[in-house]
Order: sequence, then C-alpha cells, then structure tokens
Amino acid sequence: MTVEASVVEVVLESDLKNVEVAEEITRRISDTAGFDEEDQHKIDMAVHESVINAIWHGNKNDPSKHVWLRFEMYSDRLEIRVRDQGNGYDPSRLLDPLAEENLLNVSGRGIFLIRTFMDEYRVEKIAGEGTEVILVKRLNSNNPAQSRRNGP
Amino acid sequence: MSMKATLRQVDSITVIDMSGRITLGEGCTQMRELVREELGKGRKQLLLNLADITYIDSSGIGELVSAFTRVSNEGGQLKLLNLTKKVHDLLQITKLYTVFDVHDDEAKAIGSFEKAAGA
Repeated sequence: MTVEASVVEVVLESDLKNVEVAEEITRRISDTAGFDEEDQHKIDMAVHESVINAIWHGNKNDPSKHVWLRFEMYSDRLEIRVRDQGNGYDPSRLLDPLAEENLLNVSGRGIFLIRTFMDEYRVEKIAGEGTEVILVKRLNSNNPAQSRRNGP
Repeated sequence: MSMKATLRQVDSITVIDMSGRITLGEGCTQMRELVREELGKGRKQLLLNLADITYIDSSGIGELVSAFTRVSNEGGQLKLLNLTKKVHDLLQITKLYTVFDVHDDEAKAIGSFEKAAGA
C-alpha cells in the first residue's frame, strides 16, 4: 500500500526578507497538518533556522541562488526539506553550545535548536546540486487537540 | 517587521523597551547599535524589557549574549525583564537562563541595580 502525502513546494530567492515568507507558509502548513500552537512554533523556528542557514551559509547570501522548500504532510508526521546550492556541512563537527566553554559564544545555536525542536534532522549532499536538510515532526497522538483535528 | 526600541532613564539605569523581532539581519543590527551607543554615552546599566518581543532566533540569542559580554567587559550590568514564554523557554534550552539576571518585576529589577551599584 502506498502512503499518500500532501505536498507543497516553494522556491525562494536567497534574500533574508524571504525568511518571513517561509515562516508564514510553515505556520499555515503545520496548522493544517494538525499541530498545536507550541509545536507550530517549534516547526516554524526549525524552518526559520534552516532557511537562514541555506541563504547565509549555503548560498553565501547570493541573490542569484535559490532555496527550495518541500513540505510533505502524512497522516502521522510532517516532513520538510530545505535545499540550497551550497557545499553543505558536517553537523557532527559543530561545537556543543551547551558546553561550559561555549555558553557565551555568539553563534552556534541554530542547528542545536533545530535538533531540539524536531524529531528527526538529517543533512544530505545532493551531487552537483547542493545540500538538503530534512526535518521531521511527528504528530503526537496523545495530544487531544491533534487527535481531534485528525479524527479517529 | 523588525525590532523597535524605546529608551527610558530611571536614575542611572537605562530601561530599553523592545518590541518585534530580534533575528538575523535588521533586528540584531539594531540591537547591537543600541547597546554600542549606550556604552558610548557611558551608560553601563541596561535593563532590556523583552515583554513585546514576538520572535527571537539563534542569532538574536547570540546578540543578547554579545550585549551581555560587552556591557560586563565595560564594568556594567545588563539584565533582562519580562521574558515571554517563548524567550524564557529558549534561554532554558540553551542553558543561558542562569547566565542572565532575569526579572519579572521592573521595580525589583531596578532595585537590584541600585544594590549592586552601591555595594
């Protein structure tokens, strides 16, 4: 049996002004998918940080480059792909922002927040095209608001 | 929507009522300039009222840390007032809640500066 997903795809120019556009789309989709307000904010922040990384670090703020957003809504989860045209990075090489010696660092918390807020976080290199970040948030069946939205 | 800030002077303390977004780009730049200008005027006791901050991201958190460090390095104090739940949770998650002196009562926050200054 094939599990059908509702899919929304968006292409954005590499401009920080588009981060708020990505947020607005994310909020609408996560609301439609049935997430409660708290989870909507977590998903929103994870996409915000991912799109900023894509524009700033991936595409080096080059307005001629693009960021692709793909939302796949399943009955039990939302999968979000954020693709840029950069060379990617190795998340395992990032400093731990919670380590005592890093607490007062000005940067280095974005990926940590994404990992904290989402159930899954992966980075995939796409040969010749760029880097794709995959974010997954599962609907919590124990949450009455989400259960009502999705039916029995 | 970017960040907006209104400054009030209560004795030696500058209260900065902030609203909007502290995010990478305009919001962070505005905040950095604001703190730089206050330090330039010799005002080293800053109370950031974050009650109307609607959104803060990892860069915004970094900007708060940067401001805290700069003010501390100049022998001053930077404290936070009226965190929203979202900002409170972010500071908890990032273990920064204990780094900052956080208040939810302006008079008490002001009092804590006076005590520190007079000690």
